[in-house]
Amino acid sequence: MTPPAAPTRNAIEVRDLNFYYGKFQGLRNVSLDIAEHRVTAFIGPSGCGKSTLLRTLNRMYSLYPGQRAEGQILLHGENILDPRQDLNLLRARVGMVFQKPTPFPMTIYENIAFGVRLYEKLNQSEMDDRVEWALTKAALWSEVKDKLQQSGLSLSGGQQQRLCIARSVAVKPSVLLLDEPTSALDPISTGKVEELVHELKSDYTIAIVTHNMQQAARCSDYTAYMYLGELVEFGTTEQIFFKPSKTATEDYITGRFG
Amino acid sequence: MPDKHLSSQFDADLNHISARVMELGGLVESQIRSAIDALTHFSPETAEDVLRTETKVNQLEVEIDRDIASVVGRRQPTARDLRLLLAMSKSNANLERAGDEAAKIARMVKSIIEAGATRTLPTHDLRSSAELALGLLRKALDAFARLDVPTAVRILREDDQIDQAFDGFVRKLITYMMEDPRTISAGLDLLFVAKAIERIGDHAKNIAEFIIYIVKGEDVRHTPLAMVESTLG
Repeated sequence: MTPPAAPTRNAIEVRDLNFYYGKFQGLRNVSLDIAEHRVTAFIGPSGCGKSTLLRTLNRMYSLYPGQRAEGQILLHGENILDPRQDLNLLRARVGMVFQKPTPFPMTIYENIAFGVRLYEKLNQSEMDDRVEWALTKAALWSEVKDKLQQSGLSLSGGQQQRLCIARSVAVKPSVLLLDEPTSALDPISTGKVEELVHELKSDYTIAIVTHNMQQAARCSDYTAYMYLGELVEFGTTEQIFFKPSKTATEDYITGRFG
Repeated sequence: MPDKHLSSQFDADLNHISARVMELGGLVESQIRSAIDALTHFSPETAEDVLRTETKVNQLEVEIDRDIASVVGRRQPTARDLRLLLAMSKSNANLERAGDEAAKIARMVKSIIEAGATRTLPTHDLRSSAELALGLLRKALDAFARLDVPTAVRILREDDQIDQAFDGFVRKLITYMMEDPRTISAGLDLLFVAKAIERIGDHAKNIAEFIIYIVKGEDVRHTPLAMVESTLG
């Protein structure tokens, strides 16, 4: 095992981020860098703020009234918390995949094409190419190429989740946020998604929230341990899982607390 | 760090393996003790005892590694737990090999007795370095049980003394063999005994290094002592 090569630069820089669900503070003074073309994992017990942090990175929280973020989140140097930020464009640049597969009730083809049409005008053959490209990227093409007109809901759970990843990839984002992407999948499907994460990182920056610590250990380059809304420790995955510098981190990852 | 995992079975597994490593350590210590006695008194019976214990040591080594593999497979340990298990597996191997060295000494003692060359050789120096090596191994096992880093560092230092004693003994043995070529055959046997003692010291030192690895997460193998001390502050 070699530690990740030094990143060329950061895709996202979070600075003094505080987040509130109404009066409840969900994140406290979080600052960290998410390296470009690397996988950064967020671990921690339930309610520690890891999903909250992920949801700030594409401002998913803006859908809900009463939720607000303070501080700075710089995406390639540009503060996405700026009220003038176009949220649709942001979400095209920062895609998200959720815990449960959420295919649209449409054909497999349309599941991919639907989002692309919102941002780009492609002719039919260009769109065909894009659909194939995205499904190939998500390691799903060979399994669905003969049934593109079937409903996305006809696929297995693992295939549906890869379809959702393909859907995110199709609009060519620079960052992919994965919120417990395999918690509803069996081990084989989980393995495929993890393999996919590994392949996608050469083109995308990936942030993944997972309850499965071994998954973080297996597929990430950097790991952040969070607790009660604070970032406790952040480092290379190798360092966090082999020699964490904080006792709190060690207690959590060795199963002495959780 | 709290000592207990959320899974008490995990704790029980680790404690069980730890106890067996200590049991192996005790067995090997007694093997070395007997080997020294066999050398002191040129007793073929005591030498036989050492050789008989070897089977048990080998069996225990295999069982300990099997238990460790099982815990690694079932628990996917991390951080300190992972380092502890790796260190126990390696210490296990070192203990078994220290036992092999004791067996080597026993075989050499038998060979010297059979050659009838027991009185002409300088075994006294050898006995004192053997006591030193045995003491070092005992200290390493104690320190392992207590995860005692300062003692581990002292063991690294003391192993250097055994190495120096070995060099001194070799020079002395050469003098003997040059003065009286009839002692050459038994002298060579004693050289192997001396080498075995020196190796026991090395195994004790390795175990001491694993203690530092468990507690500090620093791999100090093949590192000069001064650098180890400065790393640990």
